[in-house]
Amino acid sequence: MRFRFTQTAIDTRTARQELQNLAAGGYVSFEGWVRDHNEGQEVTRLEYEAFQELAVKEGDRIVEEALRRFPVVKALCIHRVGALGLGEMAVWVGVSSEHRGEAFDACRFIIDEVKHRVPIWKKEHYRNGDSGWVNCERCAAPAQHSHASQHAHAEPHSHAAEHHDPVAATSE
Amino acid sequence: MNLSVPPVYGLILAGGASSRMHRDKAALEYRGRSQLDRACELASRHVPEVFVSVRANQTTDPVRSQHRMIVDCVPGEGPIVGIRSALAAHPQAAWLVLACDLPFLSHAAIEHLLRERDPAAFATAYRSAHDGLPEPLCAVWEPAAGAALAEYQAGGGHCPRKFLIRHGAPLLQPLDRRALDNVNTPEEYAQALMALESEAPMQLQIRYYALMREQAGRSEESIETSAATPADLYAELKSRHAFTLSREQLKVAVNSEFSDWSRQLKQGDAVVFIPPVAGG
Repeated sequence: MRFRFTQTAIDTRTARQELQNLAAGGYVSFEGWVRDHNEGQEVTRLEYEAFQELAVKEGDRIVEEALRRFPVVKALCIHRVGALGLGEMAVWVGVSSEHRGEAFDACRFIIDEVKHRVPIWKKEHYRNGDSGWVNCERCAAPAQHSHASQHAHAEPHSHAAEHHDPVAATSE
Repeated sequence: MNLSVPPVYGLILAGGASSRMHRDKAALEYRGRSQLDRACELASRHVPEVFVSVRANQTTDPVRSQHRMIVDCVPGEGPIVGIRSALAAHPQAAWLVLACDLPFLSHAAIEHLLRERDPAAFATAYRSAHDGLPEPLCAVWEPAAGAALAEYQAGGGHCPRKFLIRHGAPLLQPLDRRALDNVNTPEEYAQALMALESEAPMQLQIRYYALMREQAGRSEESIETSAATPADLYAELKSRHAFTLSREQLKVAVNSEFSDWSRQLKQGDAVVFIPPVAGG
């Protein structure tokens, strides 16, 4: 399993051990943390929710793609779900490889793809009492109006196509 | 031009003579419900008001009188009279005009029409998949069409299709070839009945996440539907739960794998609509 979820704090020590290998000359990891602000709003906490059956499949596919594209030794991604406080770790990606260059590249590839493709949603709770699903609430409003430009393309969409611009995420 | 887009009401045309069918088309039944009821129900999921267009001598007819009616109030015959009467009855509204005899018309087809409608044109219609001509009886007619139709009729015109051609009305490609098939003869009725029977309603499991879970007020439901594809299903559920996300913003999964919107759904399929994701 190359991608998994956890309800509790991500155990980076164990995760790192899973990547250890005598053929590897180095290891790169990325941690996504819950930030106290996003798009001008003061964030107090986050909730992550996932469609786990599909998310695990898609996450596995991403890590496998990374292993095919970059000559690295091992790679792993762990995503947290549930309620998270400020400063907590939402996602962890680790890659071990013979040389550092491809480890950085693979790590970057995995986190970028995970953010765009894996069915995980994030609800931000704000200091002012509001809350919102990131990438959903703000884009819902314009979609009801400016039809012509948005719907000019023909259906059906392939799932690989991006339908929305990824908004800067809270945790990085 | 979008400052005051007129509201859209529904108009189901049921004043026809049904001469080739040899019986009243509005009363033909599919799955135990009259065509007229089915058409009204379909439209009512998408527009706030639905009326049935009738001739003066049809107002006490039991099939029609269960619905709100707009009685023909301009001289002449045919659908043009029904459309003009509706435009006259509510001059501020645009009209989703539907023939009552379109048994395959889907939520997705109506949703697409309403979304792509051009309020600056006299009407926005589907282009027939068979002859490429406008289909005036599955169209949105705008308020400005009232005066133009009156002028057209005064000049001897009576065919709403020719009116749309003359004015170069915007035409949409149907999403589903069958959506505009109408049923005029007993043979066509028998075929449509058979086709619809073979698509008897199926049970589907729907699961909702994130914003859609909150808007639906539940995390899952089991529904009976005759939606043939995820696109149809979303159109149906979007109106039921007032989802704010348009289909173009979503992906869809069937049985825990990404799917095309045009896939044929099967009994027992588990469907998940996937709003824009935000992992990391």
